[in-house]
Amino acid sequence: MSILVNKDTKVIVQGFTGKEGSFHAEQCIDYGTNIVGGVTPNKGGQTHLGKPVFNTVSDAVKTTGATVSMIFVPPAFVGDAVMEAAEAGIELAVIITEGAPVKDMQMAKAHAVKHGMKTLGPNCPGIITAEECKIGIMPGMIFKKGNVGLISKSGTLTYEGTNQVVKAGYGITTAVGIGGDPIIGLSYNQLLPMFEADPDTECIVMIGEIGGDLEIQAAKLIKEQITKPVVAFIAGQTAPKGKTMGHAGAIVSGSAGTAKEKMDALEAVGVKVVVSPAEIGKAVKELLG
Amino acid sequence: MNIHEYQAKQIFQKYGVPTPKGIMVESVDAAVEAAKELGGPIWVVKAQIHAGGRGLGGGVKLAKSLDEVRELADEILGMTLVTHQTDAAGKLVQKLYIEDGADIKDEFYLSVVLDRKLEMPLIMASTEGGMNIEDVAENTPEKIITIPVDPAIGFQGFHGRELAFGLGITDKAEQKNIIQFAQKLFKLYMENDAEMIEINPLVRTGSGEFLALDGKMGFDNSALGRQPEIAAMRDLSEEDPDEVEAAKYGLSYVALDGEIGCMVNGAGLAMGTMDTINYMGGTPANFLDVGGSANAETVAKGFEIILKNPNVKAIFVNIFGGIVRCDRIANGIIEATKITDVNVPVIVRLDGTNAPEASEILNKANIANLIVADDLGDGAAKSVAAAKQA
Repeated sequence: MSILVNKDTKVIVQGFTGKEGSFHAEQCIDYGTNIVGGVTPNKGGQTHLGKPVFNTVSDAVKTTGATVSMIFVPPAFVGDAVMEAAEAGIELAVIITEGAPVKDMQMAKAHAVKHGMKTLGPNCPGIITAEECKIGIMPGMIFKKGNVGLISKSGTLTYEGTNQVVKAGYGITTAVGIGGDPIIGLSYNQLLPMFEADPDTECIVMIGEIGGDLEIQAAKLIKEQITKPVVAFIAGQTAPKGKTMGHAGAIVSGSAGTAKEKMDALEAVGVKVVVSPAEIGKAVKELLG
Repeated sequence: MNIHEYQAKQIFQKYGVPTPKGIMVESVDAAVEAAKELGGPIWVVKAQIHAGGRGLGGGVKLAKSLDEVRELADEILGMTLVTHQTDAAGKLVQKLYIEDGADIKDEFYLSVVLDRKLEMPLIMASTEGGMNIEDVAENTPEKIITIPVDPAIGFQGFHGRELAFGLGITDKAEQKNIIQFAQKLFKLYMENDAEMIEINPLVRTGSGEFLALDGKMGFDNSALGRQPEIAAMRDLSEEDPDEVEAAKYGLSYVALDGEIGCMVNGAGLAMGTMDTINYMGGTPANFLDVGGSANAETVAKGFEIILKNPNVKAIFVNIFGGIVRCDRIANGIIEATKITDVNVPVIVRLDGTNAPEASEILNKANIANLIVADDLGDGAAKSVAAAKQA
């Protein structure tokens, strides 16, 4: 079992024939992801990487029955692409593109919610169900199948965390990158209950960072709904105030959004909080025995 | 990206948001000329730097004659202002804004920011104008009113009424004035991809008009491509030169005050690396994310920028290759040692895509000062040890 995606999930790629879209779609196909086609306006009818290309998401969905879209279009077109996917009946849009304007994401996310479409990202590595389905840009070979679910704002910390879980002798059910932008789609509070309900997931690793209060909200939800053990790391304990640390959303404003307040909130509800990502593997081992 | 007060007020004026008249100048003589043009009889001489708290720092002063304008301009221009929003070194004042004095009856606070929880813009207002709003929020939160505005419906009449009644404005003409003020402000917030606008104070004049006495604006960097007029307002002299230089090469750099230089791929891992160094008893000298398209040139540039900092005693290169291939980073390290005199120990941890190839490249190159680490914890420990020995 897993959450959100598995080997049967039918996936299309928006921005399929572009440089990034092509490179990563090919890697996903090699991993075993069931990519059933892609969308590039004015290239409908062509074949790319052995899959059909469509002019619109609507055409692609009608023909292939795809339920998930992986979005690689340039930043200025992300809002448009997400809204198109929502209206075409896509169930989950995985937005990889970095640098989408915040205003566009406000509108696009509100539209996705209205149409019942889930979103991940933007500016995220994607989602992977180990050894079944990779929708994103992560190095697939490090994700061994196992019993740990992982949620992370950061791409490279997803890899770091996974690598440690695997080296500690465990593996991953599904790993989800949620992105570090100010406005993101699915977050801890939607994903934690999914892992709680997934029979194969026995432990959850959540990786957060400074800025916003999603981790504080997660602490409240964990207290009420999550019975499985959770390991957490919050990046940016040493980050200065008022500076954006790479991710657009990673900023301590005034006294809000610090790593410390998030770590304290999580610790208070029984989460095993580690102070360095180098301790994630050890913490998982302690909890799973 | 942030802009100066005088630039924010140019945008306000374009949208019909009332402000006092003012002129930006860069010399004492021009300040006096500007004051003559504005007419007086009272002027405000204001330092233009990208930081709040200018008044308390002595960067905003009232002049009652042209001689006083000259005196104050001479005093403020070229001074280094230290406020609660600058670092200890402060900021050099290179521009002044000479403004007409306003007839102030009372002061309010008004801002528009992105509410990340509600995922929409939020109008914040308070009768406690001219105060540090964080202190108001801390001590008297009931004095701050918040009005979320869904961009799908825009600023409606009811938003305006909530604002006017919330601020206790009872005069009908004044209600109309404040509502129109806020409506225009919201419009310019949306149309210019602003991240935040803060007016503190917003003043009510004796005749019941509302004026933006101050203006602070920040913009969404991701939207600057479609906002050429805003992008042109960028003042590079207000930014850290090393951060600006790094950005040219796709590197995201923030200077810190420690001893161990960091070069990492990914913002999260870069912060995690700093945290790990700290946890191991060391101090990070910087945040540096080499991004998703790192190559020999960008890595070499990263070394150059890190080594400009004289406090750096060791450099920890921590790469988990996903999109960034480790062999490219390895080549970058070799290239960097040719271009830059890397005179401190470099601890390298490469993992992920093409890591074995990368190790081979580094081993063959046989570089002095290079220490290979097995994992993040090992790398951080070796970096801390190397910095202590230096």
